[in-house]
Amino acid sequence: MSPLLEVRDLHARIEDGRKIIEGMNLVINPGEVHAIMGPNGAGKSTLSYVLSGKPGYEVTSGQVLFHGKDLLEMEPDERAAAGLFLAFQYPLEIPGVPTMSFLHTAVNAQRKTRGEPEMTAPELLRKVRALAKVLEIDADMLKRPVNVGFSGGEKKRNEVLQMMLLEPSLAILDEADSGLDIDALKIVANGVNSLRSPERSNLIITHYPRLLEYIVPDVVHVFANGRIVHSGDANLARELEATGYAKYQGEAA
Amino acid sequence: MAAVKETVEQVRSIGVEQYKYGFETLIESEKAPKGLSEDIVRYISARKDEPEWMLEWRLDAYRRWLSMEEPHWARIDFPQIDFQDIYYYSAPKAFKPLSSLDEVDPEILRTYEKLGIPLREQELLAGVVRPEGDRPRIAVDAVFDSVSVATTFKEELKSAGVIFMPISEALQEHPELVRKYLGTVVPVTDNYYATLNAAVFSDGSFVYVPPGVRCPMELSTYFRINERNTGQFERTLIIADKGSYVSYLEGCTAPQRDENQLHAAVVELVALEDAEIKYSTVQNWYPGDAEGKGGIYNFVTKRGDCRGDRSKISWTQVETGSAITWKYPSCVLRGDESRGEFYSIAISNGRQQVDSGTKMIHLGKNTSSRIISKGISAGRSNNTYRGLVSAHRKAENARNFTNCDSLLIGDTCGAHTVPYIEAKNPTAKFEHEATTSKISEETLFYCMQRGLTQEDAVALVVNGFVRDVLQQLPMEFAVEAQKLISISLEGSVG
Amino acid sequence: MTMAAEARPISAQPARGQPARTAAETAFATTFAAVKAELPGSATFAARREEAFGRFADAGLPHRRVEEWRYTDLRRLMREMAPLAATPATQLEKAPEAAGLLAAVECRKLYVVDGVFAPHLSDLADLEAGLTILSLADALRDDAHVGGVAVSKRLGETFPCTDVMFALNAAFAAEGVVVHVAEGAELARPLELIHVNTGTEPVSMFTRSLVVLEKGAKANLVESHEGPDGVAYQVHTALELVVGEGAQLDRVKLTREGDAALHISTVLLDIAASALVRTAGFMLGGAIVRNQTFAQLTGKEIHAVFGGVSLLGNRQHADTSLAVEHLAPGCESRENFRAVLDDHARDVFQGRIAVRREAQQTDARMMTRALLLSDTAEADNKPELEIFADDVQCAHGCTTGNLDEQVKFYLMARGIPEKEAEALLIQAFVGEVVDAIELEGVREALIGATRSWLKERA
Repeated sequence: MSPLLEVRDLHARIEDGRKIIEGMNLVINPGEVHAIMGPNGAGKSTLSYVLSGKPGYEVTSGQVLFHGKDLLEMEPDERAAAGLFLAFQYPLEIPGVPTMSFLHTAVNAQRKTRGEPEMTAPELLRKVRALAKVLEIDADMLKRPVNVGFSGGEKKRNEVLQMMLLEPSLAILDEADSGLDIDALKIVANGVNSLRSPERSNLIITHYPRLLEYIVPDVVHVFANGRIVHSGDANLARELEATGYAKYQGEAA
Repeated sequence: MAAVKETVEQVRSIGVEQYKYGFETLIESEKAPKGLSEDIVRYISARKDEPEWMLEWRLDAYRRWLSMEEPHWARIDFPQIDFQDIYYYSAPKAFKPLSSLDEVDPEILRTYEKLGIPLREQELLAGVVRPEGDRPRIAVDAVFDSVSVATTFKEELKSAGVIFMPISEALQEHPELVRKYLGTVVPVTDNYYATLNAAVFSDGSFVYVPPGVRCPMELSTYFRINERNTGQFERTLIIADKGSYVSYLEGCTAPQRDENQLHAAVVELVALEDAEIKYSTVQNWYPGDAEGKGGIYNFVTKRGDCRGDRSKISWTQVETGSAITWKYPSCVLRGDESRGEFYSIAISNGRQQVDSGTKMIHLGKNTSSRIISKGISAGRSNNTYRGLVSAHRKAENARNFTNCDSLLIGDTCGAHTVPYIEAKNPTAKFEHEATTSKISEETLFYCMQRGLTQEDAVALVVNGFVRDVLQQLPMEFAVEAQKLISISLEGSVG
Repeated sequence: MTMAAEARPISAQPARGQPARTAAETAFATTFAAVKAELPGSATFAARREEAFGRFADAGLPHRRVEEWRYTDLRRLMREMAPLAATPATQLEKAPEAAGLLAAVECRKLYVVDGVFAPHLSDLADLEAGLTILSLADALRDDAHVGGVAVSKRLGETFPCTDVMFALNAAFAAEGVVVHVAEGAELARPLELIHVNTGTEPVSMFTRSLVVLEKGAKANLVESHEGPDGVAYQVHTALELVVGEGAQLDRVKLTREGDAALHISTVLLDIAASALVRTAGFMLGGAIVRNQTFAQLTGKEIHAVFGGVSLLGNRQHADTSLAVEHLAPGCESRENFRAVLDDHARDVFQGRIAVRREAQQTDARMMTRALLLSDTAEADNKPELEIFADDVQCAHGCTTGNLDEQVKFYLMARGIPEKEAEALLIQAFVGEVVDAIELEGVREALIGATRSWLKERA
């Protein structure tokens, strides 16, 4: 079986020249849930931006293959259509763009790129309403512009709603648990778990192990100084909770 | 801080008349004949023993001035100025370069006391040396009518490599520096008043901070118009060479007179690579009486050129004086990543007319600017903020934030906001916000219920309104400015 | 220095050494002398035309040294005067199809074709009670009255306006529409005033209309101006709107002139106490366009909303200038403007809110935003407050910039291609004004117009 995502000796920096990722390797196979953990400021979010193609980040060397194709050659929207989804740590507010028309445009743009038939508005509405119910999102929120007037927790749930609607093959969750209380955390985790299948994978970026109690990963990586310095199974997360990251930061240095 | 406390007490002891600087110093002076002609220009240049090129520069300015017209676009209204009815040169009599401060006319020193110049500075002016270490020191230059009478701390500044002296002296001692920079920020023909200044400027301060030097103390100039019918045309030139820093303070006062007096100064700032200039002004020229009689016409051209990359120029002004204020301290953001700032408090009362603001001209990449303007109108005054923010084609990623608030006290005054926002680059982001409001009755009531008089309450609210700007001033000046604000607004309510 | 350093002192006075008359100014003078005898109206009215032309002739075309016109220098932008359109103009036998904005909306269409009101094309049947519609030329010739006052006495008398281009219009204008809505009358059907230019030769047209809503009347008014591409015709149009006490007016103006056209428009809007006025401009077409509005809020407790959208490309120059004057206490005004600029387009927005001493408890807010989509576009903004009353809440805000890269990335990360993401964001940007338009059909039409503009851009 060929890997879903393969990161080979990736080096990347921010536009201002700061090197953030230095020699990163990672292989995610279909169906696997990987967690990347590490201290604040280690560059975990940068990794999510580089993978999703955010402007302002420059890959200086290395390769990333997604479904066997060169991910780095693709525009952000092409990466999304190819099945890569990023749940933002800080989802943006988009005044004036109604949530439903945003979702409709996104779903159909992806379908169009993939050569699939468009989803009709009523079909979409049905789907979104059902998902909103599962995620306990107030139907009124769907009438507002994207994320405008949402609380932090509501924004995170809205990210998960989008993920469940778009059904990506790889969902990257960047600090999906920050700002969530325990009930909301369970709802988010249930949403992510409901998508788990032999074809779909997750990359969970977090510096608290709490989320991993609810979304149990197959592999846990410690990310420090721009690369993965240690990997293990789900137990590694618990171990990290006890020992912290100091040891690995030292290891990398 | 001891110095601050002293200053406060000093200010208090002077009393709180409407205009506390309205005295006249009785010293003999020597004047050039009234009026303006080539001969007067030659006279001024000769008195200063200027090099030939300087005289030619002045004459060129004078000839150009003759063909220019006074600008009329500002929201100010005043009778035609008779430029032939003004003395263009006045010097305390028997003035000669001083070998020590003791030679300063005691009357002049008494003037400083009345001016409320912080005690410490008076001591400096008087040559008193205090033990080191209990407070920061300020080097002071004082311009009395047309000439600079005293500059302190010259020697110490010299050892740091900083040149701080009257511009007339700089023309003798450092002609190459003056010639290199004079008129490069405000060209001779920039505008009517600047051109007049170029022809007849008599004195002012010159500052040069060499590369990498952080000027060891604040530099300060006090400007005083004393003589009747005398115009003051000072010219200040400050150059901060690569990587240097200087903070410069300017204070202005004039006696109470029934006639209007003209002040047309030019200030040029040049900041080279990585240099920073902070320029603060407390302007308290005589504003005229409540009926609008007398007062200074203040037509000033101030401009800073952020010539080098990563340079920074910051203007802070507290404007409470003058019958008419026409002044727009500006920044030309030429160097990449250069930054301009403008913090202003403009208070008008009585019949004062203020048309003031700034220009931020973004030319370089990644340049940024910030404008905070607080206008307060009371009495029958008119107070206009006029500001330009522009991004030229190549000003990629230029940023500006402007906040300009006006406060009206009473319903016989006017508060106006006239911003010009011009963007020629899509990556430039400009944000401008402006509000006009009054002091809420509820706030006043709340304060008064707690025992404040109405005037105290107004002063309290006004001080809160202007706090963002006051914080930009050096500590000593901030205290002075705060007091000044209360005095300026006296009689504005009730 | 100061503003002058950027070379623009500001004064209505002609500067010393003012250049001799331009070709256009000379042409206006000779044309006026040649045609003034033919223009409709009494001898008194003719004298007023003469006086108005005198004012134009004294000042000449406005230029950059005239503060109100600093960004739209007509002396430079309008080198020639196109010859006056021949009267009677080419009259169409049937209304041009697809003209106007509300093709799909049920409304009463009134046509002004090539600068001449065309009653035979207009829908003048079954006028609602209280509604009067007249041809301006006829009304002046026959000294017609509306609401008991002669049209000739109303025209130009809304309030004094010293603008030079308004004076030029006052001198020449012979054609237009007079609409009168009687006290308490509520018009069921929106009025659509459609100005269509059909000629293939560059001509000058002067039109002027008058709309009076008496006390408590209600009306919806849509105006559109359109014409062929590639013809350098020149439109000088003026509209006087008088809104009576407690009356309600919803108005939208669409400027969609041909790509070589010049369009100079003046609106005088006089609003009485307790009235509700919502007016919006939608600027799409024309090479050089100036839409200037002077509004006076003369009575208490008026609610007035001014909106505008400019969608510009190529080398379009569009100037929206608005002066709102609060003369009475307790009024509320809202000004909300958006400009989207592509290619070499230049948008100018000047907005002045003036609050007179008597106008205590004024609440006035203005927001203008410009979006620059290309390296060669330019946005000039001058939001202005002029306040003489102390118990007021006034504010303006202004932003310029390009699309937010972060937001764009968020949309692209959800699979939306770049151009489409931009289109969504631009629609949202414009929607901040368009969504506030009351009449649904008009709102939909403007959203549609935005979409087609975006499509053309892509």
